[in-house]
Amino acid sequence: MRKAGKVSIALLFLISLLCFAAPLICPYDPDMINLDSIKEPPGHQHLLGTDNKGRDILSRVLHGGRISISVALIAGFLSIGVGLMVGVFSGYVGGRIDTALMALIDLMLSFPAFLLAIGISVVFPPGIYTVMIAIAAVGWASFARLIRGHVLTVKDAAFIESSRAIGCSQIRILFVHVMPQCIPLVLVMTGLKLGGYILTEASLSFLGLGAQPPTATWGSMISANRAYISSAPWMVFFPGLMIAITSLCFNMLGDALRDKYDVRI
Amino acid sequence: MKKYLAKKLLLLIPLLLGITSLTFTLTKALPGDPVLSMVGERAQPEVIEKIRRELGADRSIFIQYFGYVRLLLKGEFGRSYYTNRKVFDDLLIKFPNTLKLALGAMVIAVPFGLFLGLLSACRRGTMTDRIISSLSVTGLSIPVFWSGLLIMLLFSLKLELLPPSGTGNIEFLVLPSITLALPAIATLTRVTRTTLIEIFAMPFVTTARAKGIKESRVNILHVFKNALIPLVTVIGLDFGSYLNGAVLTETIFGWDGMGRFTMEGIIKRDYPVIMGCIIAGTVMLVLINLLVDVLYHYLDPRIRLYEKSR
Repeated sequence: MRKAGKVSIALLFLISLLCFAAPLICPYDPDMINLDSIKEPPGHQHLLGTDNKGRDILSRVLHGGRISISVALIAGFLSIGVGLMVGVFSGYVGGRIDTALMALIDLMLSFPAFLLAIGISVVFPPGIYTVMIAIAAVGWASFARLIRGHVLTVKDAAFIESSRAIGCSQIRILFVHVMPQCIPLVLVMTGLKLGGYILTEASLSFLGLGAQPPTATWGSMISANRAYISSAPWMVFFPGLMIAITSLCFNMLGDALRDKYDVRI
Repeated sequence: MKKYLAKKLLLLIPLLLGITSLTFTLTKALPGDPVLSMVGERAQPEVIEKIRRELGADRSIFIQYFGYVRLLLKGEFGRSYYTNRKVFDDLLIKFPNTLKLALGAMVIAVPFGLFLGLLSACRRGTMTDRIISSLSVTGLSIPVFWSGLLIMLLFSLKLELLPPSGTGNIEFLVLPSITLALPAIATLTRVTRTTLIEIFAMPFVTTARAKGIKESRVNILHVFKNALIPLVTVIGLDFGSYLNGAVLTETIFGWDGMGRFTMEGIIKRDYPVIMGCIIAGTVMLVLINLLVDVLYHYLDPRIRLYEKSR
């Protein structure tokens, strides 16, 4: 794999480690209000400064990262799971079921994605599960379409025909022979999509549809602190930087995987 | 061509039915009672009941849906629960602003994206290519609400060159357009680069070079012209998605377009506004996609001649 891909994996690992170990390593309680130290710039006491309620930005960024990263990852797994199932099934079975499923996928993809995610998020009470569902409900269709396309090229291959000839059951062919063929495609797409999911999670949180205050997420920190952009820019800068770096790492990882497996997307 | 167009237009009907029923279900399932949030929880039961009847909220869900579709066909998107203004009228007022912002973003994004992609592809493997590629992947990864705030901080709060927010003439338009253009430049650069590199490897390019045509002429007349087709698609799709109202960018910069209108509707649980925005946005996206499709057919002589020969 390209160097950029390896660096991204290392960085992602480091960011996840820091965020998930946040309760152990953070010097401050992320939600503890300390009115003696409001809007302190980055310094020795508070490495990334404090916000308008005196809460430590570093602690909030790391704790918030736990939520942001897990929401994106779980939403990713959900949409891959559904997309893979629908795509493989639709492509392999073909016929009317395929036509119907593709029509549904077309319908999903013709929606403006972000508006749909917003629409879903307002239906359910705001929170992290809602955001996961919203992202996955919008995301599965593009996975399904690409995987279906790939299955169509695979299903007429000689090795599928021979496994049918030696009497493999349909289920076995589907799970043991067809599905593994989709793994490189799924890997590449996951890398590329997770970068986007990080952004979507942050955007929905920014709009107040994600985890509710006082719980910090990267997106909600920016939205809560944006009024102080002029007087205390660090309150907005660092959470955004974390979003950008994490999303960038996933995107570069996706690019590197695409080059490695030579997949066309 | 006519047959193709007719088929595409017919496909719109189930699509729009699906979309309206989906938005209808979505907004009906919303938590919170809009009647209560309108009159307050201490209002008289009779008053609540009266408003409920006026809104048609007491009838069965199917009747509500069919009534809604019938009204939609008449261009009646309902009235906002709060301002009691027709949603359609408000959408008509907000649309020009959204169109301005979308055009502003495209005016910046298209030349930059095409140029950077072309440069990157022509210098493939060099330092220039690597720098442009890194920048474009970065552009894809930066959230617009963050870049927007940083741009606002730098250009209007620190340097005081342009107003930080509001709707108005060109000076209000510059910063949100740049913010919206950044991810579009990134996408366009990437697509341009990939497309061009694919075309560089095609036999007709080798032929053109073998005939001794100047390199710059080959690049522009032979390669770039062929790349235009997929690029038009990407530009069209981007434009379509901006016409939905860039919810985040418009919210940050206080730009009075459809995106901010959507956001206000969501915050106030103003169902007709939310439904109207989603439907208007989707119809616009679908129409733009159709337009791009037609343009695609028109631009590509291979498809055009194939259709004619049938």
